[in-house]
Amino acid sequence: MITNFFEGIGAYGVLMTKVFRRPDRWNLFYRSTIKEIQLLGIDSIGIVVILSVFMGAIVTIQTAFQLSDDPLIPTYYIAMATRESITLEFSPTVVSLILAGKVGSNIASSLGTMRVSEQIDALEVMGVNSASYLILPKIVAQLFFNPILILMSMFLGLWGGAMAGDLLGLIAFQESISGYQLEFIVFENIIYGLIKSVVYAFVIGSVSAYCGYTVKGGAVEVGVASTNAVVRSCLTIILSNYVLTDLLLN
Amino acid sequence: MIQAKGIHKSFGDNHVLKGVDVDFHQGETNLIIGRSGSGKTVFLKTILGLHQPDKGEIIYDGEVLGEMTKQRFKKLRQEIGMVFQGGALFDSMTVAQNIRFPLEMFSTMTEHEMDQRVKFVMDRVRLEGADAKFPSEISGGMQKRVSIARAISMSPKYLFCDEPNSGLDPETAIVIDQLIHEITHEFGMTTIVNTHDMNSVLEIGDHVIFMKEGHKVWEGNSSEVLKSTNADVEEYVFKSKLFKQVRQALR
Repeated sequence: MITNFFEGIGAYGVLMTKVFRRPDRWNLFYRSTIKEIQLLGIDSIGIVVILSVFMGAIVTIQTAFQLSDDPLIPTYYIAMATRESITLEFSPTVVSLILAGKVGSNIASSLGTMRVSEQIDALEVMGVNSASYLILPKIVAQLFFNPILILMSMFLGLWGGAMAGDLLGLIAFQESISGYQLEFIVFENIIYGLIKSVVYAFVIGSVSAYCGYTVKGGAVEVGVASTNAVVRSCLTIILSNYVLTDLLLN
Repeated sequence: MIQAKGIHKSFGDNHVLKGVDVDFHQGETNLIIGRSGSGKTVFLKTILGLHQPDKGEIIYDGEVLGEMTKQRFKKLRQEIGMVFQGGALFDSMTVAQNIRFPLEMFSTMTEHEMDQRVKFVMDRVRLEGADAKFPSEISGGMQKRVSIARAISMSPKYLFCDEPNSGLDPETAIVIDQLIHEITHEFGMTTIVNTHDMNSVLEIGDHVIFMKEGHKVWEGNSSEVLKSTNADVEEYVFKSKLFKQVRQALR
């Protein structure tokens, strides 16, 4: 098992050296990247919107519940704590974990299907660097669009929290907005999350692509690769979150 | 012309190719036949450069495959057309986009020239009117024709076909065989076809190689194959009732 793990790391490294090569044709690369942005990014907006609004609402309710016991704590602290939770962890990490499920399985299954139906072999026989042609646009699209989704998630999460707080009578909308602005630090609250989102984007794109591209067998193996892509992406995101949190906050 | 000289290939302890020597001539349809597990596919992939031979040389028109520079090898790839067993069409692209893909990737043609070339090869393989359809919307026979059209779009010098008529009804299979034969002669290509199908052998076999357990055990042409006295060839060719009757009729 340990040998397999290290073999996998090696094979992943070798694949990435094939991926990060100059594209054969830039116009085809741009076209593929735009297509991937649509498929992997824009098509994910719906799930990010729903998830973020409700996540913000739930964090606000939970925080209000925890702080409501102490009358000495001002209510805008509910908003402040919600902001910290949303911008530092929930938006970058939880949304990326959900995207690892949606986007990761999409990448792995599409590449896996291309592998088992000999489409990747066809590209190789033509002299196309199939790894670069197929995977690079997916990674670039992820790197470009994931930070946008995370920024959107932060904004919607905070809006959802303020709305829920107001609707349930926990904290007034205006007070939430004031709480969000209190001791707001651009690096800590925005850049930190964006750095994480870029790393997670690379993890989702590359790990899922590796799982799909290296499939051997048939339809069952494509399904297994799709599951592996999600599990491995999630584990790698969690591990890199631990490392990044330590590096960025200390 | 493609020459295979003393090709050996093993996978672990499994010695698949045991010194195969064959010359594939230009302008001929060269068929490799043999039972499953005889080493046909490994041989084809070794000729294509997808497998590195353990011993021996593959020579394309005087150039040794293993001694080519990366640039030359990449250029050679563009001189090769390949028809896969399952078609291997890009399912997210239409028929016309599939055929156009190699041109967009490697040629310096203008948009208009590419359109003209796509139209020409589509007409040549009799695919008129299918350009906007996706591979999933056309029949197996049409998919094979699209695959052939894509393979010849760059005017290749060498055409490889891996069981091109598997899964097709006998009538369509003959149409595909004849198409391969016609374009081979028309464009002067060196064509290598990997097949199990005896009808293909008789229909288009300008040069037939019979493989068994990693060896070339017989070679000849389509008319010679029925008269062969090689025991392995006889056993393979005259296995079916139909061919047993053909043998009786010949005698």
